[in-house]
Amino acid sequence: MQSFLRDAQEFLPILAQGLRLTLIVTFGSLILATALGLVWALMRVSGVAWLAALAKAVVNVIRGIPVIVQLFYIYFVLPDFGVTLSAVQAAIIGLGIAYSAYQSENFRAGIEAIDRGQIEAAQTLGMGWGMTMRRVILPQAFRIVLPPYGNLVIMMLKDSSQASTITVAELALQGKLIAASTFKNTSVFTLVALLYLAMCLPLMALVSQMEKRMGAAR
Amino acid sequence: MIELRDVHKYFGKNHVIRGYSGSVAKGEVVCIVGPSGSGKSTILRCINGLESYEKGDIFVEGERVERRGAAIAHIRRRVSMVFQRFNLFPHRTALENVTEGPIYVKREPRAQAQERGRALLARVGLAEKESAYPSQLSGGQQQRVAIARALAMQPDAILFDEPTSALDPELVGEVLAAMRSLAEEGMTMAVVTHEIAFAREVADRAVFIDGGVVVETGPARAMLSNPQHPRTQDFLRRVTHPIE
Repeated sequence: MQSFLRDAQEFLPILAQGLRLTLIVTFGSLILATALGLVWALMRVSGVAWLAALAKAVVNVIRGIPVIVQLFYIYFVLPDFGVTLSAVQAAIIGLGIAYSAYQSENFRAGIEAIDRGQIEAAQTLGMGWGMTMRRVILPQAFRIVLPPYGNLVIMMLKDSSQASTITVAELALQGKLIAASTFKNTSVFTLVALLYLAMCLPLMALVSQMEKRMGAAR
Repeated sequence: MIELRDVHKYFGKNHVIRGYSGSVAKGEVVCIVGPSGSGKSTILRCINGLESYEKGDIFVEGERVERRGAAIAHIRRRVSMVFQRFNLFPHRTALENVTEGPIYVKREPRAQAQERGRALLARVGLAEKESAYPSQLSGGQQQRVAIARALAMQPDAILFDEPTSALDPELVGEVLAAMRSLAEEGMTMAVVTHEIAFAREVADRAVFIDGGVVVETGPARAMLSNPQHPRTQDFLRRVTHPIE
């Protein structure tokens, strides 16, 4: 135990650098996934057949390719086409696109859960499609979508470790590097696991809080 | 003000409206009665483009109702609607429900819309409920807010789609009273309802439809008191004396 604490003191500053990259990748890709996911979802419910079909195809293609392959594609293949990105940029874009598919399904479920009468009431007031979404549907869907959204944030936080496969020295990779050079596998990977847990557990508590509030509001 | 000429409507292969013609004049109250599935709600929903129709014409003040056209928003502002299940916006207060259309669709100044909204809520007897959310209101109160919301658009006519059918019996009266006062002030109204007594008292004209066609139409009091067609007679007897 004492040696563990000593190791912790020694390695935490280095792991903190990895932690910083983990947070950058997670938040960057979360913003992108949310924005893109909303776009796909709105296309799906637009009532315009070709837009809906396009969004469905895009989402299925994204869902059908492993995240890691998407990351490789963006980081290693795009340069052949003249698009060169830094590892962190590639990780944010890759994870953002990959998770936009799941976010879009989440958003779509939320939108479709709203009673049709709400749309009719909005239309009857003379609202167009955009205003109906903005003023009537999305504010109601938001509350339904929030708990599953929180779960996706947790998954994204953990999956940001996949960025290590394209050389982003985030928490997991940083840990692996330290372990490889010090052979202190137990201390290092315990620390890495604890750091992930320290970020995820509060998020999980927040999600279950939201779920409870949702239940009470019904 | 509203005119329908030989309107046909299909749901898939189901021919639900089979050549409906009729009109609502300015200031007139027309009640449409008929059994469930007779197409009476569908007719109403065609007038403001919530449903499309396949054949015939519907005109609102001479403007043809076309669901896909740009003019539909314009028609909907002139013809408001009150729904069976209220369809209030649950995330907005009573006053916000009433001012939503004026502020965001008609772009009225907020203060002016709120002032009128409060007056309308007072008019339907809900002045003290302006900051209540729909879930905190009874069905009858919700429907009265919905009527205020429809009025806030300053429409030329209001369509009522079974406005009391989802209410507990003891709450029906307050909604009918609000509708009656509107009628007395000369609002143009088309009302789909099962409240035969209300139709007889308040409506100028009644229409009985069954199977998507008009069976009988005439001055409300005369027709609903003394129907000529056997199907109308049968229907009215069942509605007014359900246990005989």
